[in-house]
Amino acid sequence: VWDKSESGDWHCTASWKTHSGSVWRVTWAHPEFGQVLASCSFDRTAAVWEEIVGESNDKLRGQSHWVKRTTLVDSRTSVTDVKFAPKHMGLMLATCSADGIVRIYEAPDVMNLSQWSLQHEISCKLSCSCISWNPSSSRAHSPMIAVGSDDSSPNAMAKVQIFEYNENTRKYAKAETLMTVTDPVHDIAFAPNLGRSFHILAIATKDVRIFTLKPVRKELTSSGGPTKFELHIVAQFDNHNSQVWRVSWNITGTVLASSGDDGCVRLWKANYMDNWKCTGILKGNGSPVNGSSQQGNSNPSLGSNIPSLQNSLNGSSAGRKHS
Amino acid sequence: MGFHQFGQACLELLTLDDLPTLLIPGVNSKKHQMCFDWGPGEMLVCETSFNKKEKSEMVPSCPFIYIIRKDVDVYSQVLRKLFNESHGIFVGLQRIEEELTGKSRKSQLVRVSKNYRSVIRACMEEMHQVAIAAKDPASGRQFSSQVSILSAMELIWNLCEILFIEVAPAGPLLLHLLDWVRLHVCEVDSLSADVLGSENPSKHESFWNLVTILVLQGRLDEARQMLSKEADTSPASAGMCRIMGELMRTMPILSPGNTQTLTELELKWQHWHEECERYLQDCTFASNPHLESLCKIMLGDEAALLEQKELLSNWYHFLVTRLLYSNPTVKPIDLQYYAQSSLDLFLGGESSPEPLDNILMAAFEFDIHQVIKECSIALSNWWFVAHLTDLLDHCKLLQSHNLYFGSNMREFLLLEYASGLFAHPSLWQLGVDYFDYCPELGRVSLELHIERIPLNTEQKALKVLRICEQRQMTEQVRSICKILAMKAVRNNRLGSALSWSIRAKDAAFATLVSDRFLRDYCERGCFSDLDLIDNLGPAMMLSDRLTFLGKYREFHRVYGEKRFADAASLLLSLMTSQIAPRSFWMTLLTDALPLLEQKQVIFSAEQTYELMQCLEDLTSGKPVHGGSDTQQCQDDDIETTKVEMLRLALARNLARAIVREGSLEGS
Repeated sequence: VWDKSESGDWHCTASWKTHSGSVWRVTWAHPEFGQVLASCSFDRTAAVWEEIVGESNDKLRGQSHWVKRTTLVDSRTSVTDVKFAPKHMGLMLATCSADGIVRIYEAPDVMNLSQWSLQHEISCKLSCSCISWNPSSSRAHSPMIAVGSDDSSPNAMAKVQIFEYNENTRKYAKAETLMTVTDPVHDIAFAPNLGRSFHILAIATKDVRIFTLKPVRKELTSSGGPTKFELHIVAQFDNHNSQVWRVSWNITGTVLASSGDDGCVRLWKANYMDNWKCTGILKGNGSPVNGSSQQGNSNPSLGSNIPSLQNSLNGSSAGRKHS
Repeated sequence: MGFHQFGQACLELLTLDDLPTLLIPGVNSKKHQMCFDWGPGEMLVCETSFNKKEKSEMVPSCPFIYIIRKDVDVYSQVLRKLFNESHGIFVGLQRIEEELTGKSRKSQLVRVSKNYRSVIRACMEEMHQVAIAAKDPASGRQFSSQVSILSAMELIWNLCEILFIEVAPAGPLLLHLLDWVRLHVCEVDSLSADVLGSENPSKHESFWNLVTILVLQGRLDEARQMLSKEADTSPASAGMCRIMGELMRTMPILSPGNTQTLTELELKWQHWHEECERYLQDCTFASNPHLESLCKIMLGDEAALLEQKELLSNWYHFLVTRLLYSNPTVKPIDLQYYAQSSLDLFLGGESSPEPLDNILMAAFEFDIHQVIKECSIALSNWWFVAHLTDLLDHCKLLQSHNLYFGSNMREFLLLEYASGLFAHPSLWQLGVDYFDYCPELGRVSLELHIERIPLNTEQKALKVLRICEQRQMTEQVRSICKILAMKAVRNNRLGSALSWSIRAKDAAFATLVSDRFLRDYCERGCFSDLDLIDNLGPAMMLSDRLTFLGKYREFHRVYGEKRFADAASLLLSLMTSQIAPRSFWMTLLTDALPLLEQKQVIFSAEQTYELMQCLEDLTSGKPVHGGSDTQQCQDDDIETTKVEMLRLALARNLARAIVREGSLEGS
C-alpha cells in the first residue's frame, strides 16, 4: 500500500504476504467506511483488511498497519474478483469464483468489520472471471451486478450476465444475458451514471466492447419481474489486436481505458455526437529509463498536439517547411 | 522499499498513426502487458509480468509506476493567470447574458472578446519575459514555443472576433483585417526603430524594405514620411517621391465615422486606381525600381506582391494587402475565394497548408464548426476552444448552425475544460463555476469530481463543503462529512468526529461518537473536547444519544457551579426521559449519590421515589451471572455493594425529604 505524503511524494507504507496463492484482485471500499481493502485469491478465499492507526512512532517512520478483519471462505474454487458495492447500498461486497458462484456479503455494522454475513449466492453456471456493480444510486434503478465469464467449455456460449435485485422477492434474479459476447470475458465495468436513464457497460474480451442497456418501461414487462433491457453495442474496437485484459472508466465515465496483450493501454472517448474513438495510447518500446526516478514537470507546456502549429507561427515563409 | 518506485517523468508525446501516443520509458510492450488505474486527476501505469507468449518472468523489467497526467497545462505558473482571469470574464459573461439586449448586445460581446484577447496578450508578454530570463536554453526554447502558441491563439481569436462577433460588413471589414495584420506582423516596429534611429535613414540598407512593408500594411502616411526623407537626401528622386507621396496621400479609404457610402468610396477608389495606372504606364517611376515596385503594389499587382513574400511573411498578410489594393470593399461572403487563392498563390505549390492555415481558412469560410474542430485537434488544452465556443454561443452562432449539437458542443467543451481544472489542487475552484453553467451535465459532473478532491487540510474540506452546501448537494455534504468523521474516529479525535457528524446531520454516527465519548468518560472519569460539547446548541437534537451527552455534561457543569437543585432535577430528567442508555443508568445513579448525601435535602420526596423506581427497574432487569469466574464474582460484589449503598442513601433521603416537606407544609 502506498501513501502520498504532504509534499506529494509516494511512499510504500505497508507490504505483507498473506494469501497462499496468487492475489488476483485488490479493491478499496469507499472512504466513508474508513481505510478498507478487500483482496481475493487463487487460494479460494477473499479477505477484508482495515488500516489501524498505529503508534505515533510508526507514523513517523512512515509505516501503517493493516489488520485482516475477516476471511470469506465459502468458495470451493479460486475467487477471481471482489468488488465493493456502491456506498448507498451500505458496506457490501460481491465475490465471484471459478465455480460460477457470485456471493454477496454484507457487514451490517460498519464499525465492526469482522462481522460479515452471506446475503446472496447467485449461480451463474459458468466459471466467473469478473464482476461489476452498477454505480447508479438513482431510485429508478435497482441494484445491479454484471458478471463476466472466461469459461472455455464448448457448451458455454453467452459470457456476460446481468443480475438485478428484486425488492419483492428480496433476491437477485437474472435480468439479461449478452448473447453476442461469446468469447472469454476478462473484465467488465459499468460506467458512472451521469443521471442517464440507461446504463453503459464496457467489456474486455478479445476486443473492447461498449454496450448500452436501456431499461424498457416497466408497464410493458410483467410487474414484479426483473427489468427488461434494450441492448445496443455502441463501440467495438480490436485495436489491441489481442486479448483485452482490463477495462476501467474515469470518474465521469467520459473516458474508458483498456489494457491488452499488445502491452498497450488505450483510451477511448466519445465526442459530443456520441461517436466513440481512440484518443490516445500508452506504450513502451523498451527504451531505457534515464537514471532513477525523475522528478516531475518543471516546464509544463501549453502544448500542441501537432508541433507544426508552433512552426507555422515561428516560421516566416522562409521557415516554412517544404513538402 | 518495495520493488516498485514511483517515477514522474516528462514524457514524450508523439503522434503515431494520427493518435497521441505516450511512450513510457523502460516498459517493453512487446514483452509484457501494462496495468493501469484511474486516479482523481491522473492515471497510474506500470509494467506487469504477464505475457501471452512466453512463460511469465517473476518480475517485470521496469521497476517504476508512472503517474500520467493529461492536463499538464494546469500546472504552469504563467498560465495560471490566464485561467484565473479568463474565469472572471467567463462568469461575468454568463451573468450579464440576461441584460444583453438590442443594439448594445453586439458591442458588449465584442468587449468581452477583447477582454479575453487582452488576457492572452498579457500572458504572452509574461511568458516572453520568462523565456528571456530562462536559465537554460532548452527551457527557454520551450517557453518561446509557448509564446508562439499563445500568439497563434490570439491571432485566431482576433479573426473570429472580426468575422463572427463584430460581423464587420464590407468596408469596415477591410479596416479590421488591416488592424489584425498589423497587430500580428510586428517586425515593422523594430525595423522602423532601426532605420529611423540611424544617422542617415534613407541610406540605411533596410530603408526600402521599411517603406515597402509600410505600404504592404497600408500605413501610407508613415510611408510618405519615409519618402520625404529620401526626397530630402536624394534630389534626383525627389520628384518621383513627391508624386508617389501624393498618390499615397490621396488613396481613398473608409475611415471610421466617414459618412460616404460604399458606392461613393468605390467610385473614388476606381478613379485613384486609374491614376496610379497612368503613372505606371507613363514610366514615371521607371528610373527607380523601388518606387516602381511600390506603384505596382498599390495597384494590387499579384506578381509584385508575391515578390515581397519575405516581407509579407504569411499568406494572410498577402490576402489582406491584396484586398486593400484590389478590392477594398470586399464583402464578407467573398472573403473565402480571395483567401483560398491567396493561400495557393503564396504557397506556390512548394509547401502544404499547416494546421494554423486550415483554421484561418475555415474562419474565412465562416465555417465555425470547422474552426472549433481544428482548434480542438491542434491545441492540447481545452482552454481556447471552450471559451471561444462559449462566447460564440452567446452570439447565438452555434444555434443557428445546428440545433442538435449547438448547445451540446459548448457544454461538451466546457465540461472537458472544467474536468481538467479539477486535476489541480487549487484551480479546481475555478472549475466549479464552469460546471455551474453547464445546464445538462454540469451538476452531476461537479458532484462526481468534488467527492474525489483530496481533503488534506480542514480548510480545504470546509471550502469544499461550503461549495456543496451552496448548491444543495446534500448527498455530497453528507458523504464528505462522513469520510472526515470516520477518519477522525479512527484517529480517536472524537471532538472532530462529532462536529463532522453534526454537519453531516448524520444521527447514527453522532450516536456512535457520543457513545464513545460516554465510554471514554466511564473509563477516564472526564470528558474530552468540553468546548464542543458545551456549545452544541440546537445541534444537540440530532440524536438522542447526543442530546444525552450534552445534557449529561450540563449536569456536571451545573453541579460544579453548586446549583444542586438544578443539577438534581436535570439528573432525574435524564433518567426518566428515556434518553439515557440503560447501560449508563448505574453511572447516573452513582452520580446522584453525592447529591443524596449533602447536608441539605436536595431531592424531593417525589423525586426520590422516582429514583428508587429507576433503581428497581435497573436491578430487576439485570441477568443473574453464572458466577464461576472469580472476576465475575468480584464484579458482582461491587455491583451489589453499589446497589446497597444507593438503596440506603435513597431511603435516608426519602426520610429527610418527607420530614422537611411535612414541616414546610405545616408552618
